[in-house]
Amino acid sequence: MAEEIKAHITGVVFQITTKPGDRVAAGDAVIVLESMKMEIPVEAPRAGAVKEIRVQEGQTVQEGDVVAVLE
Amino acid sequence: MIHAVLVANRGEIARRIFRACRQLGLRTIAVYSEADQGAPHVRDADEAVAIGGAPARESYLNAERILSAARQARADAIHPGYGFLSESWRFADAVRQAGLVFVGPTPDAIRKMGDKIEARRLMTAAGVPVLPGSFEPVADVAGAEAAARVVGFPIMLKAAAGGGGIGMARVAKAGDLAGAFATAARRAQAAFGTGELYVERYLERPRHVEVQVFGDGSGTVVHLHERECSIQRRHQKLVEESPAPSLPPSVKSGLTAAAVAGARAIGYTNAGTMEFLVDEAGGFYFLEMNARLQVEHPVTEEVTGLDLVVAQLRVAGGEPLPWRQDEIRQRRAAIECRVYAEDPSKGFLPSSGTVTKLDLPAGEGIRIESGVEMGSTVSVHYDPLLLKLVAHGATRAQALTRMAGALDRCVIEGPKTTIPFLRRIIASDEFGSGRVHTQLLEQGAFNG
Repeated sequence: MAEEIKAHITGVVFQITTKPGDRVAAGDAVIVLESMKMEIPVEAPRAGAVKEIRVQEGQTVQEGDVVAVLE
Repeated sequence: MIHAVLVANRGEIARRIFRACRQLGLRTIAVYSEADQGAPHVRDADEAVAIGGAPARESYLNAERILSAARQARADAIHPGYGFLSESWRFADAVRQAGLVFVGPTPDAIRKMGDKIEARRLMTAAGVPVLPGSFEPVADVAGAEAAARVVGFPIMLKAAAGGGGIGMARVAKAGDLAGAFATAARRAQAAFGTGELYVERYLERPRHVEVQVFGDGSGTVVHLHERECSIQRRHQKLVEESPAPSLPPSVKSGLTAAAVAGARAIGYTNAGTMEFLVDEAGGFYFLEMNARLQVEHPVTEEVTGLDLVVAQLRVAGGEPLPWRQDEIRQRRAAIECRVYAEDPSKGFLPSSGTVTKLDLPAGEGIRIESGVEMGSTVSVHYDPLLLKLVAHGATRAQALTRMAGALDRCVIEGPKTTIPFLRRIIASDEFGSGRVHTQLLEQGAFNG
């Protein structure tokens, strides 16, 4: 069952720390957002494989935007 | 003499500096990014120059653009505020090379204090106590471990070019060092362009007490007493006050003497702050010097009745210090609360958005320094500080009562703010009794 990972805050994509096919554990950073000079990881809600990354570094995302999809 | 001042900053501090300029009859020039069109600080100035895109590196961190704005608006001085380019000795130097006055210390003093290891060496030579630790960068994990064995775990790993708590990590044992080293080095590299780290002893339950100093071009350095700034999250301050409650007089006089000696040793000019940790036995250790005006300077202004920013502009213009040491007295007590656009219930996550309601308190003993107003957009691109609430009183108890009332009356809707958390701090037994230390917040003392 695919699961969308949503940004929990508004910010700018600082770093993409995974790529499609990567295995992640629950709590691993899938991407890192930057907001107000802080780096804030967007974490995988469960273990799984990354199916899709929907953002690019430097892009602004709003709270609730889908940033990645887990298999 | 200075006639026209460009403030290379935004938000509350730009507004605060413009106020001081107006008091001295100086023409004011704001700079602004695309995100700050129509911002309060832009409207406060006589003139405003657009300097680029919303990300700070395209605007407020772009020295070229700021210098070009200064030429365009015929500014003869630049005040950097805090943050952004304020502690870049290269920027201070470029301002001088352009024939303008930099309202702050010399590039040489900024460079010396910006290199935190060099600062440790210079302060040691000046007789100012520093924490046990390394006096050279530690090259790798093995180097850090060797230094850590000398000072004993737990240790603090710190960025040599550091500040603002970035690239700083407490390391409890040797086994944790490799991971902490990699993370701290990466963060330091990203923030400061160098991943150099050093090691310091980690103190349990220290207080953060700092001393405001001020020097002029003739070698005179005075202090404006201390500020207690132990209430911190992420090694960044949330509440500050002066006088520091229940600080033994011998510790206080030791701190102020050390601060003045340290500043004199580097020929410090203009406003600066010497930061110290004070341990439970009253021992104190130099942490770092902030070679600029600080966020919490209003605390000192309310306590002493002196205007630090006006003095900065006067001294930068070539005048001698406006006060003698014996004229600078702690006449009152003052407390500052920093209202950040952060959600304290979610680990102080930043919270951006539009301010949809803003009711700010006013009244006897209340001072507000705000960068926002009704309808302001709080951007993801900048520091989350919205405004500062400052309360003063004849006694600490009176200042506390006024602060509690001001926080109760303060209403901000839109972004989440630190106000509910600040209310709990001010109402807490820990804060009320003045028995504070820098680890209180992370220990959950105010989670109520």
